Amino acid sequence: MNKIKCALIGSGNIGTDLLYKIKRSEVLEPVWLVGIDPDSEGLARAREMGIKTTADGIAGLLPHIQADGIRIAFDATSAYVHKANSDALTALGVKVIDLTPAAIGPYCVPPVNLAAHLDANEPNVNMVTCGGQATIPMVYAVSRVQSVAYGEIVATVSSRSAGPGTRKNIDEFTRTTAGAVQSVGGAREGKAIIILNPAEPPLIMRDTIHCLTDKTPDEAAITRSVHAMVDAVQKYVPGYRLVNGPVFDGKRVSIYLEVAGLGDYLPRYAGNLDIMTAAAASTAEAFARRMLKNDKLATV
Amino acid sequence: MNLSGKKITVHDMTLRDGMHPKRHQISLTQMVDIARGLDEAGVPLIEVTHGDGLGGASVNYGFPAHSDAEYIGAVVETVKQAKVSALLLPGIGTVDHLKMAFDLGVNTIRIATHCTEADVSEQHIGAARKLGMDTVGFLMMAHMNTPEGLARQGKLMESYGANCIYITDSAGYMLPEDVKARIAALRAVLDPATEIGFHGHHNLAMGIANSLAAIEEGATRIDAAAAGLGAGAGNTPMEVLIAVCQRMGIETGVDLFKISDVAEDRVIPIIDFPIRIDRDALTLGYAGVYGSFLLFAKRAEKKYGVPAREILLELGRRGMVGGQEDMIEDTAINMARERQARTQATC
Repeated sequence: MNKIKCALIGSGNIGTDLLYKIKRSEVLEPVWLVGIDPDSEGLARAREMGIKTTADGIAGLLPHIQADGIRIAFDATSAYVHKANSDALTALGVKVIDLTPAAIGPYCVPPVNLAAHLDANEPNVNMVTCGGQATIPMVYAVSRVQSVAYGEIVATVSSRSAGPGTRKNIDEFTRTTAGAVQSVGGAREGKAIIILNPAEPPLIMRDTIHCLTDKTPDEAAITRSVHAMVDAVQKYVPGYRLVNGPVFDGKRVSIYLEVAGLGDYLPRYAGNLDIMTAAAASTAEAFARRMLKNDKLATV
Repeated sequence: MNLSGKKITVHDMTLRDGMHPKRHQISLTQMVDIARGLDEAGVPLIEVTHGDGLGGASVNYGFPAHSDAEYIGAVVETVKQAKVSALLLPGIGTVDHLKMAFDLGVNTIRIATHCTEADVSEQHIGAARKLGMDTVGFLMMAHMNTPEGLARQGKLMESYGANCIYITDSAGYMLPEDVKARIAALRAVLDPATEIGFHGHHNLAMGIANSLAAIEEGATRIDAAAAGLGAGAGNTPMEVLIAVCQRMGIETGVDLFKISDVAEDRVIPIIDFPIRIDRDALTLGYAGVYGSFLLFAKRAEKKYGVPAREILLELGRRGMVGGQEDMIEDTAINMARERQARTQATC
């Protein structure tokens, strides 16, 4: 089967983990990994895998886009440079999957709204945040049953899995996640909290979702909806697990999750890394399947 | 210990840490009444925020009776000589909250992180410094890091722009020697112009002793609350601290009788239960568990039938840090399930 060629920008934790996932894909082929530090571990690993690398940032990639047939690019750099990266790439007809909190394109949480983005053929989609990918499907699982006045998520990640980007921009995490709890999750008001826990051995990512429903919650329907959504997320994040709940307490619905990763780049505890890259990869795969289908149609 | 002639700034916690045992339900009238008393007693700095800092209003930590802005606005208008401070935990509150507090007239901002995670405070400390605020780095659960580790974390916060670094005994776990070692390690590496503070909890009845140990090693800002109103068994009781300081010749500028009247006449009448070292608060101090988990664990005990003490011990074993209140119900459910499985197995 033909594969859609991809470039990954950013050679930190996220970019490197993503590389492993794209490498396994049936419809995506990683061609470039772009960094800014020639000594980065991510670039070294990519070279070992036979992937083309540059340490000159996006400028080192752009001249090769057309010759190498790059059609999808993942940006795992930072919100500050994403717009420039995205503009340069979309101008060359490359579809951009944004893993920074820049969010210039619409938020994409695959089991909630990927299908809509495919139909709209968006040039740039944003993957919200790790905490958002873990929790927004659950907010939506409640809000598709009945209206949610308020949705709140608490994401706890191990200190080891939070890179310098996350640490320097922790406000962007809370703002972006809270915004998407509303716009994608379907809560009228959204709130997001992130906690870093340094325990050793590192704890597996934990996520708690609290929803306040307008009317008394329909316990049976919400429980069914939550279980169905857990199954949907498990398709691309096998370590996504409902630990407790949904707990019902008046109009409060609380859901307690654990997210273990596949251990591609960082160990299994870093489910936060995994759910972000797995969501980005599955989004790109869906776009790639469309592209492959359309290519076939065009050549017939 | 001769501390005569030392000068310290006492920082009142009644209206912030005291929000925990009040489940964040202090009324505006009560808050203004206590703030006026503190101001008249000569307390120079009064913290006003949701117990979990700016933006703490949530299902996870509790919704307060009024917004941060309403509380801060009311106290800023009330005080004549005292300055007002606010607390902010990155990951819960944002720079937007910080700017709101500054616009309302807050003088001092305290940016709180777990004692190993100072680098999440760069954005907030930087923003506060840019606004010209008195900017404090607040290292919570300080018993969970070594003196050397804390010195490195404090140094980071100083490099972002903090002009004061706190050793925060959120669990009320430390003994005077622990406090001394940590304050001394900070003092050794920080710029001489950078102040050091200590925030104590009274879960092992060490509030006063630990504060004195901190002063001995060079701390100049000491947190305390009238009648000890604070999480767990409360904070260092302000009126007791002032009396001890007066006996030892430590200058605080606070009037002993006036502050003890504030405790007796304004704070005690509003408390929901005695702030004392009950078995659960004792467990916080003994096992090193975050103070504000106390009431959540007691509620989980009622709902799931697992003793609060056992829940707290389990949270301590699993290394839970400040802010992980969501893990209390989760842990209680897990423990209740295990208990049931055990009973069934033996039947």
